[in-house]
Amino acid sequence: MDRRAFLTVTAAGATTLAFPHVLRAQSKEPLRIGCPLPLTGPFGALAADMQRGAQVAQDQLNARGGILGRKVEVLFRDDALKPAVGAQRTKELIENEKVQFVVGGLAAHVQMAINEQTKKSNVLFISTSQSDEISAKPDTSPITFHEALNPTITCRAVGGWVAQNLGKKWWIVYADYAWGKQCNAVFQETLKKQGGTLLGSTPYPLGSAEFSAHLPRIQSARPEVLVSVTPGADNVAFLKQVTSFGMRRDIKIAQPLHWLPQAKEGGPEIYQDIYAGINFYWELAETVPQVKRYVDAFQKKHGIPPGDYSCYSYSGVLEVARGCELAKSTDAMKVADALRKNPTYDHYKGKQWWRACDNKSFQDLWIVKGRGPGQTKGDWGLLEVVARVPGSEEQDRTCAEKGHA
Amino acid sequence: MRVSLRSAAAWVAAHPILCFVAFFAVFPFLVPYKALATQVLIFGLFALGFNLLYGYTGLLSFGHAAYYGLGAYGTGIALAKLQVGSLWGGLAAGLALAGLGGAVIGFFCLRRRGIYFAMLTLAFAQLLYFIGFHLAEVTGGDDGLRGIPLHPLTLPGVSVPLDAVLPFYYFTLVLVALAFAGLKRILDSPFGTVLQAIRENPARATACGYDVNRVKWLSFVFSAVFCGLAGALDALRLSVVPIESLFWTTSGQVVMMTLLGGAGTFFGPFVGAATFLVLEDRLAVFTESWPLVIGGIFVLFVLFLPRGIWGTLTGGLHGR
Amino acid sequence: MPDASALAAQVFTGLVIGGILVLLAIGLSLIFGLMTVVNFAHGSFYMLGAYFGVFLLGLTGNFWLSLVLTPLMVGTIGVLVERFLIRRLYGRSIDDPLLLTFALSLVMVETVRLVWGRIGLALDPPRVLAGAADLGFMYFPVYRLFVIAVTAAVLVGLWLFLHRTSVGLIIRAGSRDALMTRALGVDLGRIWLLVFAIGTGIAGLAGILAGPMRGVYAEMGVTIVIECFVVVVVGGMGSLLGAVLSGLLIGQVVGLTTFFAPKLAEIAVFIVMAVVLLVRPSGLFGEAGLME
Repeated sequence: MDRRAFLTVTAAGATTLAFPHVLRAQSKEPLRIGCPLPLTGPFGALAADMQRGAQVAQDQLNARGGILGRKVEVLFRDDALKPAVGAQRTKELIENEKVQFVVGGLAAHVQMAINEQTKKSNVLFISTSQSDEISAKPDTSPITFHEALNPTITCRAVGGWVAQNLGKKWWIVYADYAWGKQCNAVFQETLKKQGGTLLGSTPYPLGSAEFSAHLPRIQSARPEVLVSVTPGADNVAFLKQVTSFGMRRDIKIAQPLHWLPQAKEGGPEIYQDIYAGINFYWELAETVPQVKRYVDAFQKKHGIPPGDYSCYSYSGVLEVARGCELAKSTDAMKVADALRKNPTYDHYKGKQWWRACDNKSFQDLWIVKGRGPGQTKGDWGLLEVVARVPGSEEQDRTCAEKGHA
Repeated sequence: MRVSLRSAAAWVAAHPILCFVAFFAVFPFLVPYKALATQVLIFGLFALGFNLLYGYTGLLSFGHAAYYGLGAYGTGIALAKLQVGSLWGGLAAGLALAGLGGAVIGFFCLRRRGIYFAMLTLAFAQLLYFIGFHLAEVTGGDDGLRGIPLHPLTLPGVSVPLDAVLPFYYFTLVLVALAFAGLKRILDSPFGTVLQAIRENPARATACGYDVNRVKWLSFVFSAVFCGLAGALDALRLSVVPIESLFWTTSGQVVMMTLLGGAGTFFGPFVGAATFLVLEDRLAVFTESWPLVIGGIFVLFVLFLPRGIWGTLTGGLHGR
Repeated sequence: MPDASALAAQVFTGLVIGGILVLLAIGLSLIFGLMTVVNFAHGSFYMLGAYFGVFLLGLTGNFWLSLVLTPLMVGTIGVLVERFLIRRLYGRSIDDPLLLTFALSLVMVETVRLVWGRIGLALDPPRVLAGAADLGFMYFPVYRLFVIAVTAAVLVGLWLFLHRTSVGLIIRAGSRDALMTRALGVDLGRIWLLVFAIGTGIAGLAGILAGPMRGVYAEMGVTIVIECFVVVVVGGMGSLLGAVLSGLLIGQVVGLTTFFAPKLAEIAVFIVMAVVLLVRPSGLFGEAGLME
């Protein structure tokens, strides 16, 4: 082959090699959303629920053509319930997988570490974790959104209902860490507003399974309501011990939230007549059409009804989509502005909206109670809806209180 | 094949600082993403500090998270709460706090030996965890210390911003390489020889007239300072200091990394940190049961490769 | 000022906390005393006991049968672990079994999660033990009285075994001086197997006893293993009497600090341990020179 032919062939070959690259640039890259969750560790069941919710959202978006014509990929990572791990996984998602949005986080301290990373990298973050700080200064940012309930909203709503319906003489047992302390403070403030009396409040070290040392003192104080701020495995242990001490006869028990996996773990004997707040319960499908749509879609894909936390990630992913479509862009700030300009949405239970100053999602919640043995319906019909608390901005701190001007 | 691997390892062991800098200069381009390289360097440093005490002095501590945590909180509090405006100031605060912690805690713990020493180190680390957890106004409590600013690097005449991944990585590399060189200096000195003599046979070292207690204490303090630097750098890397930095699981991690790589060797800690972190990172993408795989690998290492990866490769060159 | 009956109630609940800790501590101390093995996986055997308890209860429907079979099942796992994992480390550094069992506990927790899922399980005590007894100064759950009784029974049984049987004699001799015992022609290998089985079996028993009080979940062994180490170290590694007294002491410490100073409860045990170790180098009853 002479030199000219060689050069021609090489040039043709080089162009051919370059051609697919050109093609690739023209075809749409998938839009990746990072989703760090505590898949290992004590909250694995809740995290799996959130994962399922996000998957339903992903499927629905892709069924209707994706976001801005791009296929949606939700990438799940295990944050192991540790802030350092959550931060590292977020770095990996941003640098390695090039995600432009992050929806996730279950533990408050983990989501704040995630938030530091997303803020640094100009990535929009929709937090799905209970926390008062994430929507307040100095942690929040114009591209930090908070989809889930927070301790203030939950405890004002639940506290108000409990004081009006169960009794006004309370004893509070709370886990001695951020969430527990926040709930305790809000419960006490709410009780006072309702004209009730606080007979006592007992902190305990988070994760400690032994409550028997506290119970005799509570028994002798004779409260009408025992408010239990005991998350995770502590919840089951606490309720078991309270029941075994014979305290259920005279005292009503309320807690900020019910978590469906915990209710399943403890069983109806323990959870009978325990009142709590919840952002979503699948049996509401009977009365709320949006719930029915979500429950049907979830059940079709996963074979079981959705739990409460699945909705946060479901809604979060759909909000990313909505923001991008409105902004006609995937730039974090543009999407954030679009969401603030069009704050109202309704994905799974009714009207929700973003408050402009702090990107906080306001939403309905319900008061539920545990069903007793023999009253449960199937594997997951463990709770009974008692009342609806419509969403309102009065449930949370004001913009000024959160440090926003 | 195995012979040449050994002689390659031997060459590397004979030129440690050169090889270290050369390898880690290109390391970010060898791993899946660059931020992982920074994590490996910092935890390698943490393991290096622990290794000084365990691999070279023979003292197993269950509470080394304390010095990593003190370094992190010292830097974090200085930069976030006390508004110290300089990067060097922040780092210095972390180092000082960690060194002080090592001096005080070492003084108490070294009064006992063996498992009792180990449990005392654990007790002090848990005590610090407790204090950090409850002193929420200062440390952020269990929500962690957030909002740590990363000031630009100021050298005479130039100010280098460190916000991007690579600049921060190379800044970390310089500091870690200095620490690495520092460790070599310590170990090559007469002091370092006494350290290793203590590991081999404390009674004989005493009989030779060395002040064993003082040497152990100094080793403890040096170890704390190295771990404190790791913590300080991590505070800058993450912009937060999680409370778990002080918890015993963090101590457990550094023990595992050191053993995986090879205790009592120069590169062991870094090999161990790299292996552990890269494995954990990639495994976690594929399976939620990654702790099972890591635990299983570690069991196999203890059974069959007690000298760790690097220790087995260099086999016998560093004694242990 | 708290009244006498509330105080008495706290002391009683401290006995229950102490009971579980004692059961765990004697197993750990027994294993350490004879084999010089620090079993970091002890909490995981405790967890296994709770899970096996649920499994057996589901299989047989009989709590008493499950209570007897669970320690046997857990002890069998202990035998396998000793024979195939720990035995290989004989003659090596004293830290190696510690590190092995640390990693082993990770493996055990994850395996349990894989097998039984991520949601915890419910373990209910039998009807006859449910309910509360009127002790005069307080209502105390019958089940907890049962736990105290079982702990006492196990301690008596163990004492009889160690002091009235020839195998027990060998175990005590081996703890005192392994070299001499071997020189006298005793095959310590089989004794090790037995001791590890007994130690882990008792841990499993503690697990099934604790399950109805605290719930059954994969992480339940992780926090308790640290408390358990504190108990053994305070009592003195290798001393059974130390383990018992220290367990009861720590149980009371936890109960009373929860009552008087709830915020200090989680750190109180470490403070106690630090103080004890700084005053008595080898714990309350430990022998000097052990584990150095």
